[in-house]
Amino acid sequence: MMSRKTLDLWVGVFVAIGFGALLFLALKVANLSSFTGAGLYEITAKFDNIGGLKVRAPVKSSGVVVGRVREIHFDNQTFEAVVTMSVESRFAFPKDTSAKILTSGLLGEQFIGLAAGGDSVNLKNGDALKITQSAVVLENLISQFLYSKAAEGGDKKQQ
Amino acid sequence: MHRVAGLLRRLGAHVTGMIWRLGFATRFFMLILKHSGTSFRRFHLTVREMYFSGVQSLIIIVVSGLFVGMVLGLQGYDTLVRYGSSEALGVLVALSLVRELGPVVAGLLFASRAGSAITAEIGLMKATEQLDAMEMMAVDPIARVVAPRFWAGVISMPLLAALFSAMGVFGGYLVGVRMIGVDEGSFWSQMEAAVDFEEDVLNGVIKSFVFGVAITWIAVFEGYDAPPTAEGVSGATTRTVVTASLWVLALDFILTALMFRGN
Amino acid sequence: MCCPPICARIRPFNFAPHPVSIGNLVEVDNVTFGYDQRAVLRQINLNVPKGKVVAIMGLSGCGKTTLLRLIGGSVRPQQGEVRVAGKVVNKLPADELYLLRRKMGMLFQFGALFTDMSVFDNVAFQMREHTNLPESVINDLVMMKLDAVGLRGAAHFMPSELSGGMARRVALARSIALDPKLMLYDEPFAGLDPISLGVIGQLIRRLNDSLGATSIIVTHDVAEALQIVDFVYFMSEGVVIARGTPDEIRASEETFVHQFVYGEADGPVAFDYPARDLREDMFAEAQ
Repeated sequence: MMSRKTLDLWVGVFVAIGFGALLFLALKVANLSSFTGAGLYEITAKFDNIGGLKVRAPVKSSGVVVGRVREIHFDNQTFEAVVTMSVESRFAFPKDTSAKILTSGLLGEQFIGLAAGGDSVNLKNGDALKITQSAVVLENLISQFLYSKAAEGGDKKQQ
Repeated sequence: MHRVAGLLRRLGAHVTGMIWRLGFATRFFMLILKHSGTSFRRFHLTVREMYFSGVQSLIIIVVSGLFVGMVLGLQGYDTLVRYGSSEALGVLVALSLVRELGPVVAGLLFASRAGSAITAEIGLMKATEQLDAMEMMAVDPIARVVAPRFWAGVISMPLLAALFSAMGVFGGYLVGVRMIGVDEGSFWSQMEAAVDFEEDVLNGVIKSFVFGVAITWIAVFEGYDAPPTAEGVSGATTRTVVTASLWVLALDFILTALMFRGN
Repeated sequence: MCCPPICARIRPFNFAPHPVSIGNLVEVDNVTFGYDQRAVLRQINLNVPKGKVVAIMGLSGCGKTTLLRLIGGSVRPQQGEVRVAGKVVNKLPADELYLLRRKMGMLFQFGALFTDMSVFDNVAFQMREHTNLPESVINDLVMMKLDAVGLRGAAHFMPSELSGGMARRVALARSIALDPKLMLYDEPFAGLDPISLGVIGQLIRRLNDSLGATSIIVTHDVAEALQIVDFVYFMSEGVVIARGTPDEIRASEETFVHQFVYGEADGPVAFDYPARDLREDMFAEAQ
């Protein structure tokens, strides 16, 4: 029967390495370090079609993650999708920055890419982006292709 | 016709018996919660049980985690290299462990090692009248014996699952990067990009917590309810391992469906 | 499994008058108790006067241990009352029951020592749980209790290292830790060698008298019990069929009591388990 001191020591060691493992998982394995409550500000953007964009998708600029999509909802008046993003405060963007919905890889997850504009005034918390480009929807692409192919064929006939 | 009726009757009796037992188990759970004050006011009781459930499970968890991670590394590489995605090995190993294998396999191991030990201990105490003796000395056995073991299991499980996952990732690293030669940089960076703290790690922790509650509840209940004979205790011990393992897998399905709904 | 059917052969006995008492510590008043269909105790009446050592004897499985559990409050009777020190045990709320139990000590059949603690910790258990005494005082008390049973030198052993007799003595020390007023003994003599038998018997008597306590012994060890007790109740099939002082019991003409006390092979408790006619069993095949 172990003395109470030895017992406490071993249990303490156990809890310590357990938490250590948790910390390891959080920092080295997952992406916790990148978002540790450093200040965030919110901006919105409207899109005709958000495609497969999900909440918590990354917001990148020049390929670097600068924020996250916080919320997506539907505007019933303008019939557009409204996306709210949280951007890290240390990254300031000009007012005429544009937002595009891009796909990582060919068939990967979708994210928002920000391209900085040239305005001298920066975006503030709650501002809306004016220039947006919706996601590429595969079906539209295919029907466009077929249509253009059909038009080509029709032109050829006419010649 | 007679035999079918007899079979149906036995089946019905069996099912009602199970439902009755489930009700008793739930009431027992409520009793444990009600009498948990002692486990925290005299925390050394719980700490003692954490030694027997947690610390003594360390070796099997750490070694198993390492081996599972290494196998994931090998098998994962074998499949990924066919699609030219061998750099995604880190992602594969980490996600598999953190989301599923860590909580589930650690849970199964915990059920067989610590769960069976708890059941045997409590069952034996019941069979040798130690619990009755405690009651006659005006000490509530549920507060003094059962509740500390319950909380020790609940606290230990998430820690063990995290250790399992961490060791697994390390094992995958050893095999993938050191042995096979996958690029170390992409191994870790792709992993970090793909594994989300809230979605994956935290959900894994929640799962292991739920498993801890389920496994330890089953273990203490089977021990407390065991018939006070040698066969009774051994039957209860095997029942704990089987029931707890099945519940871990069932709860895993339910939790996964709730958490990872392809959001 | 209960006794073989013998009630048909027991005829009612002229009971000796209740023992003269300065007051009864325990009164079992018209108690009926059973599980599902099976009645274990039927309208039992018995009294245990203060300061006396009373034995309850009978065949195995005839409700003696159940009686102890009723007195300790572990089970409740379907009918009747069990009173200890004037309080109705079966109607007490949980906290009052626990308070009452602090004044009781119970010795279980094989000791029921806590196997994960040393002998010292076992005896100190109640003191540590129920009092705020400093460790030095507890140490002295534990040594005193162990000394009373003659095992002060075994304080550091683990229960698994003790012989049966020693384990039972340690359990005895443990149950008197808080100087209880009522001691309950469940088969204290079962399975002991003659020397340990004598030791336990003497201890029970001596402790009872020095603590000023009252003791109830459930046993079927006639010789040892009759030597140390003041009064005996005989039970069979859930009823009290005889009572008296040890001398009265030894002189009893009641057939069951006589068979029990003198260990006769045949009598009201038949030698033969009920079976078919011999000819049917032996020569059945030959037909």
